[in-house]
Amino acid sequence: MIRLENVTKRYPGGQEALSGLDLSIDNGEMAFVTGHSGAGKSTLLRLIALIERPSSGQVIVDNQNIRRVKRRKIPAYRRQIGMVFQDHKLLYDRPVFDNVALPLIIAGVSHREAGRRVRAALDQVGLLNKEKKSPETLSAGEQQRVGIARAIVTRPKLLIADEPTGNLDPDLSLEVMRIFRRFNEVGVTVLIASHDISLIDRLGCRRIALEEGRLQQEVDPWQ
Amino acid sequence: MAVTRNADAVAPVRAQGPMSIWLTRHASTAVGSLGRLARQPLASLMIILVIAVTLALPASINLVVKNAMSVSGSWDNALDFSVFLKPSLSLDEAEKLGQLIGQRADVESVDLISSEDALADFKQQSGFGEALEQLPDNPLPHALVVRPSAGNTSASLVLLQEEIGNLPETDHVQVDTEWVKRFHAILDIVRQAIMIGAALLGIAIVVVIGNTIRLDIENRRDEIEVTKLIGASNAFVRRPFLWTGFWYGLFGGLMALALVQYGLFMLKGPVARLSGLYQSNLSIASLNFAEGAAVIGLGVFLGLFASWVTAARHMRKIEPR
Repeated sequence: MIRLENVTKRYPGGQEALSGLDLSIDNGEMAFVTGHSGAGKSTLLRLIALIERPSSGQVIVDNQNIRRVKRRKIPAYRRQIGMVFQDHKLLYDRPVFDNVALPLIIAGVSHREAGRRVRAALDQVGLLNKEKKSPETLSAGEQQRVGIARAIVTRPKLLIADEPTGNLDPDLSLEVMRIFRRFNEVGVTVLIASHDISLIDRLGCRRIALEEGRLQQEVDPWQ
Repeated sequence: MAVTRNADAVAPVRAQGPMSIWLTRHASTAVGSLGRLARQPLASLMIILVIAVTLALPASINLVVKNAMSVSGSWDNALDFSVFLKPSLSLDEAEKLGQLIGQRADVESVDLISSEDALADFKQQSGFGEALEQLPDNPLPHALVVRPSAGNTSASLVLLQEEIGNLPETDHVQVDTEWVKRFHAILDIVRQAIMIGAALLGIAIVVVIGNTIRLDIENRRDEIEVTKLIGASNAFVRRPFLWTGFWYGLFGGLMALALVQYGLFMLKGPVARLSGLYQSNLSIASLNFAEGAAVIGLGVFLGLFASWVTAARHMRKIEPR
């Protein structure tokens, strides 16, 4: 699903966030990227989401070299990926329902269909009764679940999350991770950046450790 | 997962025709933008008022010119001309000639002004009374004031004037309507000036709306970023701002019309009084349908243009970080 070949990302200051990284994540896999802040976790996800472009090397997402995705086509490319953020990035001027419906509205799904799918997504994260609430009135854990519902409402094949549990206590973190796990079980490829190693170990998933932009260690409990 | 144009990118979605998607999106964005304006009624009203006044100004001056033209136009129809007869002609001969001309089909009536009457009038009006007393005899000829009948075209009028001018008894023919033409020329200049002024005011409207939209975009920067992050195109994030510009223009235009109509309403009384004083039947023409539509259309066009330019300029700069 995701393949990186000798990817380097250099920022204008000359500092290298990723240095010659090779990486491959299979279709239907669930993997974690770990490392200290500044190790290149976020950069990796940002390259996949096309928020940034690599300085060199190839990034192939679902058999598509993203170098060839033109600027104009970036929105359409992003619509195929579900994204979850540490700070949720919800829109606080509208209720939960509208937040989750936004990707469907962008994609031009009809109202009735959107309503059905938003409720299905909210149901999957256990927030069906909160659809009319403003995100502000929800707890941090609930807000993150709204963020997840928004990411999966378009049924993407790939879900990426940058520190989705960064602001949550351990119990809530585990709950959020279990939600990701459930999506993975129905075939969604999931890639999560996190530094919470003990939590990751409890889930028993593949772990990709980065350090200073290089692959430090890979732990794959299945091998 | 090849990049496709729109909804197809999302797995199994019941397909909706592109046209109906387009319409639904626009309708909901339009309503949304309207709601946004309604949530800040005072601020929105101020902008709309600025646009309305700016549009109403040229519209009302244009209306004044139009009314002046129609009033002077009715004078234009009275194309009386004076025929000064040879001094040798006696009053009797002049009177007979007058009757003869009066019988023509293209002449409605003929008034005779005898040399004595003309002199008396002249003495009274010119203030040269005493100097004129010194003259041994009346230097003024008899004159006929000819009022052509209504059926005349401007060509037949010239013909009539020429024919009468060629009569052996005629000294010369004087057409008194030159000043009407000059007045019209002045009104034309005023009209041109309005067009130039309106163009400047139009620029002012674009600046006002553009600036408002720019602030709006700044205020919603986070929202735009997030929306782009989850796959919204520039066109998608631009759309609400275009609608905002549209609404500003539309309401500005409508309010401009209301202002003009209110002004006309306020003038109705004074004009009726003036009309009474002249025992005439003056009435003010208001904006006709096409002109009203032009005011609104101009408002909408400027609103859309301003928001388009502003949104296009700023939207590209806002990218997720």
